[in-house]
Amino acid sequence: MSFAFPAPVRIRPTARPQRKASPLTRFSTRALALPAAALAVALGVAGCGARTSDDPADAGTAASASCVDTSGDTVKIGFLNSLSGTMAISEQTVRDSLDLAAEEINADGGVLGKQLEIVAEDGASEPSVFAEKAEKLISSDCVAAVFGGWTSSSRKAMLPVFEAKDSLLFYPVQYEGLEASPNIFYTGATTNQQILPGMEYLKEQGKSKIFLVGSDYVFPRTANKEIVAWAGANDVEIVGEEYAPLGHTDFATIVNKLKGSGADAVFNTLNGDSNVAFFKEYKNVGLAAETLPVVSVSIAEEEVGGIGIDNIVGQLTAWNYYQTVESPENETFVAAFKAKFGEDRVTSDPMEAAYTSLYLWKGMVEKAESFEVAAIQEAADGVTFEAPEGTVTVNGDNHHIAKTALIGKIGPDGLIYTEWSSDGPIEPDPFLEGYDWAEGLS
Amino acid sequence: MDALVSQLFAGLSLGSVLLLAALGLALTFGQMGVINMAHGEFMMAGAYTAFVVQGVIADAGVSLLVSLVIGFLVGGLLGLLLEVTLISRMYKRPLDTLLVTFGVALVLQQLARDVFGAPNVDVRAPAWLSGAVDILGVGIPKTRLFILALALLCVLALSLLLKLTPLGRRIRATVQNRDLAETSGISTRATDRLTFFVGSGVAGVAGVALTLLGSIGPTLGTNYIVDAFLVVVVGGIGQLKGAVIAAFALGLLQAGFEYSTTASIAKVLLFVVIVAFLQVRPQGLVSVRTRSLA
Repeated sequence: MSFAFPAPVRIRPTARPQRKASPLTRFSTRALALPAAALAVALGVAGCGARTSDDPADAGTAASASCVDTSGDTVKIGFLNSLSGTMAISEQTVRDSLDLAAEEINADGGVLGKQLEIVAEDGASEPSVFAEKAEKLISSDCVAAVFGGWTSSSRKAMLPVFEAKDSLLFYPVQYEGLEASPNIFYTGATTNQQILPGMEYLKEQGKSKIFLVGSDYVFPRTANKEIVAWAGANDVEIVGEEYAPLGHTDFATIVNKLKGSGADAVFNTLNGDSNVAFFKEYKNVGLAAETLPVVSVSIAEEEVGGIGIDNIVGQLTAWNYYQTVESPENETFVAAFKAKFGEDRVTSDPMEAAYTSLYLWKGMVEKAESFEVAAIQEAADGVTFEAPEGTVTVNGDNHHIAKTALIGKIGPDGLIYTEWSSDGPIEPDPFLEGYDWAEGLS
Repeated sequence: MDALVSQLFAGLSLGSVLLLAALGLALTFGQMGVINMAHGEFMMAGAYTAFVVQGVIADAGVSLLVSLVIGFLVGGLLGLLLEVTLISRMYKRPLDTLLVTFGVALVLQQLARDVFGAPNVDVRAPAWLSGAVDILGVGIPKTRLFILALALLCVLALSLLLKLTPLGRRIRATVQNRDLAETSGISTRATDRLTFFVGSGVAGVAGVALTLLGSIGPTLGTNYIVDAFLVVVVGGIGQLKGAVIAAFALGLLQAGFEYSTTASIAKVLLFVVIVAFLQVRPQGLVSVRTRSLA
């Protein structure tokens, strides 16, 4: 078994024109250690099995050579979502809306006259599987771009693969910020488009004592670090900060602490099933949305049913899209989705962001008149799309998109209704460079 | 004072949840020595039973009570099926049983996902269980009182079953000395099957009760299975008494640690305590003295 492969982990930016002092350059240096290790493993594995070429030229160009075939009248793209495991519950919905977008684009003549050919993979809720499947999609299936990922850990696992192979990932979920890769487009919200507006809304409502509750992993910890820094600069007191391990089922103690803290609002970054146990406990001990509102950032239309509408009606959420958003684009989107997947289905923010991501890619390709990664990166800046949530615009520097923040209230029908919205789209600022209080966070 | 009382109750309540989850295991693992990783999925089956029953009987109160009965049968029959088809073939191979039942657990989870869909479902709590009652000046959720009562009732029923009925006597005889029991004319095969039915049935009941507190989804069981095994291991093999003491002790410890530190640290501390305890008493709190050679 020879390991001729792992050596050529190259620092790529020479291949691309540089933008000075953009977050991208900052990223390239910080991210090298991890990709180097992950790539060594990934290539090591590949080297043992499928790829046996000892041709040194192959080894040297593996990082940048693209095998995307655009000579026919189709072009391949990859969908990579968890269809099994704990995340399947969320990621299946994203896959559905990606399928819808692909179907619409194909019916409309495709991209640059080429029909989209979908290569679908299951990430199985395992970051390592995401990395493997991403590698497979890029190297063996030769897809032009990959759409998917949900958890931050899946994104962090895929990032080195996309950078090393110089391919593109479109990531559709809101996340904790503090990241920007030239090879990833982030079509969900970053911190200043979701979490900060949520806090500002609470402050506007006269809430000054906030209790933070979250799951114990990267997103809530990072988000809360930012919230604490924000609170210090805004005369808001953080009266408690509690984390529950993922899969935590008993919230009696945390809710006890919450009751005793004197908080007048709760900011909730709990993930998944924990929300159900938390809100049932919250209601059972006699707390109510009117007196002690909870703002959640991980509960969308899909999750409301599982928590039980009775347990969560009247609570607040922070997102950039709700099914109830009033726009002709959203009416079309919701109608098309229900027609394809059933009347009882709902649409949510990550689904909309995934749907939008495919159209944004189409916009970039058409602007670049090419499926090549470098050309798309070059053309990305300023690409806009009339998305169901409203107009979104790609920021070419940090590869996030400008979005409008919406605070919503959960209605008795299980849908979420906009309660407050920001003045137009907010420019993405993943490293919070525009905020004095955020200094030292990244 | 208020905090102390409510934490004390939180601990008892957590203990009762652990107890419900672990009671069935105390029978199947504790008495029969079968490491059944699919035990959590029998709880999940119970929870989905509550969901299905509520679809038929709209009244949340009636449906809860009916679900408790049907949940027992569903869990029990699933357990019986597993015992007859797979576990009975590998009583002499405990590690294989572990792997096989783990596989069964994954199959059941995916089955639930295919039948009921990946998103969680909701079971409404009956009106008479909503809100809190005032005990010593502290609001105690009625759902938690209900679960505490249910757990104690299950313990009572099981211990009566073990002490007073012929089946109970056969079970105890088989646990204490399988060979001698067989020699005395007890069909240990039939006893095993019935024990498994009852143990898995209790898991179904636990699943129904847990719909009052937590999420109802394909992965419900995995959230509880590790804690359930902890209770049985700490409690000691072979007697219900051990599981009862262990469940409440672990519940109170967890609640106490969690209040003074954080939920994640509390879990760590709890494991530290358990590891230390098992160093001193590897056989658990209570153990059966047996004269069998095995």
